[in-house]
Amino acid sequence: MSLRRLAPDEMQPQSFAFNAQNEARVAREIAKYPAGRQASAVIAMLWIGQEQEGWVTKPMIEAIAARLSMPFIRVLEVASFYTMFNLIPVGEHLVQVCTTTPCWLRGSDDVVAACKKHIAEKPGEISPDGKFSWMEVECLGACVNAPMLQIGKDFYEDLDGPKTEALLEAVRSGETPKPGPQNGRRSSEPMGGPVALKEVQ
Amino acid sequence: MARKLIIDGQEIEADDNITLLQACEQAGAEVPRFCYHERLSVAGNCRMCLVEWVGAPKLQASCSLQVKDIFPNKDGTPARINTNSPIVKKGREGVMEFLLINHPLDCPICDQGGECDLQDEAMGYGRAAFDRFRENKRAVDNKYMGPLIKTVMTRCIQCTRCVRFATEVAGVPELGATGRGEDVEITTYLEKAFASELSGNVVDLCPVGALTSRPYAFNARPWELRKTESIDVMDAQGCNIRVDTRGREVMRVLPRTNDDVNEEWISDKTRHARDGLLRQRLDKPYVKKGGKFVAVSWPEAFAAIAARVAATTPEKMAAIAGDLCAAEEIKALKDLMTALGVANIDCRQDGAKLAAAPRAGYLFNSTIPGIDAADAILLIGTNPRWEAPVLNARIRKAWLNGNPRIANVGVAHDLTYPVEQLGERADVLEAIASGSHPFAQVLKDAKRPMLILGPGAIARADGAAVLKLAAKIAAETGMIGPAGTAEEGGWNGFNVLSTAASRVAALDLGFVPDAGGRDVAGILDGASKGEIEFVYLLGADEIDTKKLGSAFVIYQGTHGDAGAHRADVILPGAAYTEKSGLYANFEGRVQLAERAAFPPGEAKEDWAILRALSEVLGKRLPYDNVDAVRHAIVAAAPHFATRDAAPRHPGADPAIWNAVGTEGAVGAAPLASPITDFYLTNPIARASETMAECSRLFVSGAAKLAAE
Repeated sequence: MSLRRLAPDEMQPQSFAFNAQNEARVAREIAKYPAGRQASAVIAMLWIGQEQEGWVTKPMIEAIAARLSMPFIRVLEVASFYTMFNLIPVGEHLVQVCTTTPCWLRGSDDVVAACKKHIAEKPGEISPDGKFSWMEVECLGACVNAPMLQIGKDFYEDLDGPKTEALLEAVRSGETPKPGPQNGRRSSEPMGGPVALKEVQ
Repeated sequence: MARKLIIDGQEIEADDNITLLQACEQAGAEVPRFCYHERLSVAGNCRMCLVEWVGAPKLQASCSLQVKDIFPNKDGTPARINTNSPIVKKGREGVMEFLLINHPLDCPICDQGGECDLQDEAMGYGRAAFDRFRENKRAVDNKYMGPLIKTVMTRCIQCTRCVRFATEVAGVPELGATGRGEDVEITTYLEKAFASELSGNVVDLCPVGALTSRPYAFNARPWELRKTESIDVMDAQGCNIRVDTRGREVMRVLPRTNDDVNEEWISDKTRHARDGLLRQRLDKPYVKKGGKFVAVSWPEAFAAIAARVAATTPEKMAAIAGDLCAAEEIKALKDLMTALGVANIDCRQDGAKLAAAPRAGYLFNSTIPGIDAADAILLIGTNPRWEAPVLNARIRKAWLNGNPRIANVGVAHDLTYPVEQLGERADVLEAIASGSHPFAQVLKDAKRPMLILGPGAIARADGAAVLKLAAKIAAETGMIGPAGTAEEGGWNGFNVLSTAASRVAALDLGFVPDAGGRDVAGILDGASKGEIEFVYLLGADEIDTKKLGSAFVIYQGTHGDAGAHRADVILPGAAYTEKSGLYANFEGRVQLAERAAFPPGEAKEDWAILRALSEVLGKRLPYDNVDAVRHAIVAAAPHFATRDAAPRHPGADPAIWNAVGTEGAVGAAPLASPITDFYLTNPIARASETMAECSRLFVSGAAKLAAE
């Protein structure tokens, strides 16, 4: 994990506003909390804002702070604390590669190498076509299907180098490959059918 | 409720509502701490205050463990707490080891060196010979926090005292901790300057050298400084300060703790106007000859004055006392003018329509600690954030703790707490006084209502009428309660917020026009018409000196400011750090400021100048030393014999309250605080480069200061 700061001014957009659909979601989030406690909605609002823009911008932080009557710095504290908030622009598809121990033992280095080859040499960089950026993340809780990566909101599991390359190329060409294990097994069942309790049908 | 604890073998009875750390202190144990501060909320993140609760599986952070959560042993004996057992020492050594992993070893070049909590505690709990961390220390970019705060953020131990101070006490939540884990950094949003009048206090709060005073950077070491207890004169609150001097130079000003006045805060002006004591100083007597100032000896200057006094008559003479004067010189000038038969004397440079009697009519009667008990506060024509920043923090504290209703009549300001704006003009006060305004009922329903009358309400032509209205509101809504202090059940909610440090003492000593005499406006009017030929300005710079016309002006003071520029004779006096003086703050609390340094050049203590002049004028004043002056002061105003205590409210006496203010019509002009620039309100502050920089940055906002 590295220093998390706001992106430089030249990257920042001029303004931010929730679109109509997200505005309704935001209103629902704020309404969840009692009067005077609206600030509790800050994480939800940052998340909705990030879904809309792809990353958390300075105008977004200021708009959310004004909406929740919070000082700017309080919202920045939250945004910089949680690594799920991207403080720099990301590609159209954000690829998050798990490199924590189980995935690493199962070959996440190959997955990372595929990302380096097909997206960008460094994590955080946007691919030349603007379609992708990738980053290493800590455990995403899919260790039974290690190694894995997340694209957008979907988990792609049981990967290796070539499978990752194929997956990225498919996404690049506009397809949405089926999420889940990429080696043919169903969820986390054993490969090639049951190996225990075979008599139980 | 209280419960018994055995702390280090000593059984004590501790209140349920205090923390274990406070209980340990009551038992006489010393508990090291970095993040805990008694005037801030509890964070519990430094872990230095670990103590042992015998039977508990782990050491306890005593700052965040409340006494009510400590249960007795199974056999009913009181819980045993150890603050100095081997396991406690080991635990604290472990914490210190963690703190020092990333703390640089730059004490020799750190301004905090010699007064650093971390340095001190490392003497007790550091394990220098046992260093097992070979990794690089973390490095953090320094942050820009304005012209007063220098940051070396690598030294920061993330105690968050500064963040809590900004949020809770200053009410300017601009500081925060961004990032997480090892990457936590204390910063302002986008590194803007920390815009608070109390920002300098974070330097005192910082337990390490991360936040240090920028103007004082690399100037002195604490052990080189001579410390003198003094009283601040930048506003009328009388904040208790410690003046640190090296040789003749005042190196810095720090707060002293006094819960009844300033707790332990001071404003940035109090702290950083000190470089104004070195610049623009008057160090020799001057006489204007042919339009130019010529340096002369004291006897020559006195002779020039005596010649003019002889050539005029008392009714053509006048004297004005300035805002920074101590009681001694006010008394000396008053006695001299009385001896000369001069009736035209005044101390109210701003034109405040305050009378010298009754005394309760110009005091902050609730007293500063009384604010804590108030449940409804009506601000009238005041901007306490600029007129007395530490007082404003006290009102904010009352709002945080008890949530009093606070309303304002006058121009609205951001006071760091919510204020109901009732209107800008004085006619709102008429409505409140007659009971037709809804807020009148709020005041009546309140147990301890108070009003604060600022200079914006009384320093105007209809000031006496506004004062009368305020006294009426006080009487009508039950602000004038029983005698005694708030603790004893007494209450007096009528408060005048003076802004001049000299004001209350001058009014106490009757430095107002005698019968038939002229006030400041009258003196200036007379001078411009030629009816006043001789004006004695005792440090008076806040008047329109253009109106002095062709009068012969004597300026006795410290700085080459407005008064000195217009003067015909300049007598160099001593600034507040250069004389021993009595000051009465706006509560009427008399406090003594000790001399911290000597005045520059040939400048002298002000009462002594007046004493010497009186001899030349043939009206020798009857005192030869400062004690004799003080005896004379006490003879004239007996309450000066009692120091460091606010006057006791005598109880509701209609005779007193009917005498406050005069009936009259109020004007339509909004009640606006006369202070337009917090950082430049007096000659010392105006001579200070630091204050000029703050003014540019925070008030006029013209200059963009580059981050270092």
